[in-house]
Amino acid sequence: METMFGIAVDGVAYGMILFIISVGLSVTLGLMRVVNLAHGAFAMVGGYVASYAAQSFGLPYAAALLVAVLLTVLATLPLEKLLYRRIYGHANELSQVLLTIGLTFVIVASVNYLFGPSLKRIPLPDLLLGTVSLGPKSIPTHRAFVIAAGAVTLLGLWWLLERTDFGIRLRAAVDDPAMAAALGIRTERLYMATFALGTGLAALGGVLGAELLPLEPYYAIRYIVLFLAVVAVGGAGSIFGSAAAALALGITDTAGKYLIPNFGEFFFYAALILILFRWPHGFFKGKMA
Amino acid sequence: MSATMTDGLSKGTTGPMTRDTTALAAPRRDFGWLAAPITGALGLAAFWLFPEDLGLMTRIAATALYVLSLDLVLGYCGIATLGHAAMFGTGAYAAGIAAVHLVNDPLVLLLIGGAAGGVMALVTGGLILHARGLTLLMLTIAVTQIVQEVANKARDWTGGSDGLSGVDPAPLLGLFRFDMFGRTSYLFAVAVLVVGMVAARRIVRSPFGLACRGVKEDPLRISALGGSPRAYLVTMYAVAGIFAGVAGALTAVSSGIVGLDSVSFSWSAEALVMLVLGGTGRLYGAVIGTVAFMTVHHILAATDPFHWMLFIGLFLMGIVLFLPGGIASGGERLRALLARKGEGDQA
Repeated sequence: METMFGIAVDGVAYGMILFIISVGLSVTLGLMRVVNLAHGAFAMVGGYVASYAAQSFGLPYAAALLVAVLLTVLATLPLEKLLYRRIYGHANELSQVLLTIGLTFVIVASVNYLFGPSLKRIPLPDLLLGTVSLGPKSIPTHRAFVIAAGAVTLLGLWWLLERTDFGIRLRAAVDDPAMAAALGIRTERLYMATFALGTGLAALGGVLGAELLPLEPYYAIRYIVLFLAVVAVGGAGSIFGSAAAALALGITDTAGKYLIPNFGEFFFYAALILILFRWPHGFFKGKMA
Repeated sequence: MSATMTDGLSKGTTGPMTRDTTALAAPRRDFGWLAAPITGALGLAAFWLFPEDLGLMTRIAATALYVLSLDLVLGYCGIATLGHAAMFGTGAYAAGIAAVHLVNDPLVLLLIGGAAGGVMALVTGGLILHARGLTLLMLTIAVTQIVQEVANKARDWTGGSDGLSGVDPAPLLGLFRFDMFGRTSYLFAVAVLVVGMVAARRIVRSPFGLACRGVKEDPLRISALGGSPRAYLVTMYAVAGIFAGVAGALTAVSSGIVGLDSVSFSWSAEALVMLVLGGTGRLYGAVIGTVAFMTVHHILAATDPFHWMLFIGLFLMGIVLFLPGGIASGGERLRALLARKGEGDQA
């Protein structure tokens, strides 16, 4: 019973981190049709900036988080204009994979050059260190915080896409970019804003998840498969799909590690194949929210 | 017939500007058949020129065969995969395990590796090739990870993360011993590569190969003509699996060890990178790309692996943005440019 509870808490927290990082990838894939393998690198950059800001300038956790998200978005926006814009669209899958793998390599090498190969930590504030009691059980505050942050992100994105002008334009552009442009929606700016949203979420997830996905230069390569798996299972462009997929895969992975530690990754990928075999386009193909 | 056909196809990729009537009147000859003899000749030349680097060059030859097999899938069927190492690793482990427990004739080991890679490709291809795009990419990655996990856990057979060692092949054809300088290994690897190139060229120019290209261009039309796109894809996937399995077995035989990295995600990705560097859909592009990639890797990674990543990352981005056909297309582009200039002078 104790194990089940542990699996549930850790699995859900892990799933929420996967969700926060992957949903950005999912939205950019749904709108711009770009398989962005550098998404994990953006999350890593966010984590590194936060770690540097917190450790070298002594910024508090919240400020470091904010700085990390803003700087990552600012640093990646020129990339959208210079690189990504050339490879948007269905037909360019191979170019997308290669260009973004190349970009990932460059970011990994740069991060190693700037910050060194060692593991980086983002010191947690005292507020997040203890445990919170939940009836008879108690769970680590950090896990609770991550779960709450994931839930807030989910609701915030739902509100943004379903209830705002931006969301209406975005959904129109996903359904039919040419028609949306003809109706006066400035798709180029929309792409840019969505890209910024995606990288911002990646950076947020990179910072929040630093305890679960440790920061080191190979982070970008190690975890990108995980993020892509969430998107593939959830269905590109679907927010609730991403959340469901992230939680399902997060819990599967955690359960596999707890119960059958010798076959760590095996269960994860077996589940992935089975799910994709049954739902080749993901759980929620084509539904925005 | 087939000469004009391939000519038309290669011209199609260089852009509409070059598709003029003069080319139809006097079809340019297809020099692709020269690739295998040239590779063999250069391989022999390298044997005399760089006797110190035979180990590296043996790895390059085996890897070239592996990348060639990826070209069959990607260049001729349009299947973007990040899991080709599954077949390579299966072939390598099958040959390695057979060498430790059963036989040690190198040619038989290659056959075993090829068969294992082919079966692996046939089974997984039949399961996953219904998917497209990101889903297919994920499925190929997942297959590779599962194969790696199995290889990691079956310690008794594969040696797990320590790798499988003790592959000690018997003399080739009973005549040539695998010496400590790697001379036999190298010549053997080059010979297998050349045979592989000839075989691959036969396959892609056969009616079956042309049908696969048809599936790549327009699957709907192939089914309208009465063909089954998926059957073609799965068959070619299996054929490429055989090539990859042979390449894996060749690596196992020539190096004597098989490691977990031969079934890794990064080994799949590297194959893709090498192929695209060289150029897809022309077979010899795979060889050019592998030689370029592994030579530079050898020089740069010796100092610091991160220098290498920076270089290859920038190079890859440059190729995608400025030279989408890879290194092999550079010559064609130059030729097209000169031809256009010549026409301009005449006019």
